[in-house]
Amino acid sequence: MTDMTSNMNASGSSEDLAAQIAAANSFPPEPPARPIRSAIKRVLTDPLGLVGTVIVVVMLLAALFAHWIAPQNPYDLAVLDILDNRLPPGSESFSGMTYWLGTDDQGRDLYSAILYGLRTSIFVGIASAGIALVIGSVMGLISAYFGGRTDTLVMRLVDIQLSFPPILVALILLAILGQGVDKIIVALVVTQWAYYARTVRGAALVERGRTYVDAARCLALPSRMVTMNHILPNCLPPLIVVATMRVAYAVSLEATLSFLGIGLPVTEPSLGLLISNGNKYMLSGDWWISVFPGVALLLLIVGINLVGDRLRDVLNPKFKD
Amino acid sequence: MISNSEKQEAQVKASPDQQAPLLEIDHVTRRFERKPDFAAKLAARLGAPINRRTVHAVDDASFAIHQREVVGLVGESGCGKSTLGRIVAGIDDPTEGRILYRGQDVAHASGEATRKFHLKIQMIFQDPLDSLNPRYRIGKSVSEAARYHKVVPEEQMAEHIEKVLLQCGVDPTTQNRFPHQFSGGQRQRIGIARALALRPDLVVCDEAVASLDVSIQAQIINLFMDLRDEYDLAYLFVSHDIGVVRHISDRVVVMYLGRIVEQGTTAELFAKPNHPYTQALLSEVPSLKRRHSSFHTIKGEIPSPLKPPSGCHFHPRCPHAMERCKLERPMLKAVASGHMSACHLNDEG
Repeated sequence: MTDMTSNMNASGSSEDLAAQIAAANSFPPEPPARPIRSAIKRVLTDPLGLVGTVIVVVMLLAALFAHWIAPQNPYDLAVLDILDNRLPPGSESFSGMTYWLGTDDQGRDLYSAILYGLRTSIFVGIASAGIALVIGSVMGLISAYFGGRTDTLVMRLVDIQLSFPPILVALILLAILGQGVDKIIVALVVTQWAYYARTVRGAALVERGRTYVDAARCLALPSRMVTMNHILPNCLPPLIVVATMRVAYAVSLEATLSFLGIGLPVTEPSLGLLISNGNKYMLSGDWWISVFPGVALLLLIVGINLVGDRLRDVLNPKFKD
Repeated sequence: MISNSEKQEAQVKASPDQQAPLLEIDHVTRRFERKPDFAAKLAARLGAPINRRTVHAVDDASFAIHQREVVGLVGESGCGKSTLGRIVAGIDDPTEGRILYRGQDVAHASGEATRKFHLKIQMIFQDPLDSLNPRYRIGKSVSEAARYHKVVPEEQMAEHIEKVLLQCGVDPTTQNRFPHQFSGGQRQRIGIARALALRPDLVVCDEAVASLDVSIQAQIINLFMDLRDEYDLAYLFVSHDIGVVRHISDRVVVMYLGRIVEQGTTAELFAKPNHPYTQALLSEVPSLKRRHSSFHTIKGEIPSPLKPPSGCHFHPRCPHAMERCKLERPMLKAVASGHMSACHLNDEG
């Protein structure tokens, strides 16, 4: 017993030996304390990430303040002049207003219509992704934490959900529910929650195996606290990546549905509907009605995807340089 | 430091039956079984032989821990010592048997009363970094459970946490830092503070010093001993490091393939190891006195716990194995006062 204590003290006092021991026990690199905050910083220092962020922020601001920026309220039929229909970009109206991006077949200023359409598209995208995220995360957490039959049940449901093409599911749902912003959000949530559930379950299974979860159980904390306070916050990095990508996907899916004429009502055009409206006049040479909303949609989706891509690189330890 | 009135109360409670153990592990068995999935069930329906794979991680283990006692639990990797530690700490449930805390079964019941007992048994883990939530500031890690279970009134909480941290040698002004900003030894101190904040009676240390370097190990072990004097703590010290166990334990329990093969007071067990497995295990501990002796490793490998040998699990590797050892499981029998061993050799006389 005394041998051992003196042995311990001897090794402690010798600095060389201590250094050797420290070198031998080289630990793996430690994760940053605030992975999300440091990830945002790293996204912004990357040129492509910065471009994506700028695009997304500009688009968000434009959508948010559309009613101030836009020269015309495209939803107010009283201010629309049917005589101004299908004017090419840069033409002037009878009232003296310049249509920089031209007008559509209803005589709407396309620039204003795009700003308002952007607002609808982004709102639908974020709302549906947000609701799907909450539902999917809860399902994934329940699945991972309780395991067994619950897990099997939830995951088979996810498998079934994912085996249907999302556009088909959305089409069927909208055919039943009818048109409207709320209905399209429901349809998008139904087609998307499964992705979140699967992501959260995977991450939660990893976290559940870690010692701090055992520790929390040993501290007799209730399951609700263990899952919501301990496991879920540690699952956030992969979840954020999926959520970003899914917002872009929801926007494009909504545009597709609107293009097909089953998304939003014609009186409140989203980007997809604007493209669809212009489609009829494409071959008559009135290209601007489709092309400008298309470019806006493209920029938005590319911007979100650039941010998402970069976030994935930064948050995934496997891709760390 | 507990307030005087509480200390007196504790003494009054403890005094009538000083001999009654704090914790009794009563014929605890833990089996891990791979449940047949749908395909396996279907195959079984169709007449395929059922292939049930069961691991007896802990097989009918019984021993007791008294107040202020340090019990060392040793054995090779995979012998079930960690599983037993987790069962005692309430992280895992026994398949059979009971865990009695002051005579009350804590393993199978639920509800308010048992949760209170459950809190009296806390655990310290091997990997101090992994055992702390990386997103919690350490102040929150230490106080979360104490706050949830209202160990002290809310207005005294900050003071309580500060005191516990100080006692464990953590600067209370670092409460706002994250676990990765501390060294390994400091993290382990935080883990100890977290357990201590709930005022436990028994602390299960699962290889608690194995991941620390030797000088830090000594510090942490000294901390354990100081805390025992302060709070009358008992420890279940799960470790493969026989040197450390010998240094700190009052009693030692030796496990092999899920079964307890020998237990006794540290002095007795190290002086007169009875079971051939214990003898072999002790002969492998390096010592300063016999620096150049060759290692007599235990011959053979640890058998798969999926297919443990019949009779005495140790017989394929035992130098004294007899025919009886292959057939009959030896039970724990007293070989001296407070010293029990499970070996047929003791019956031969």
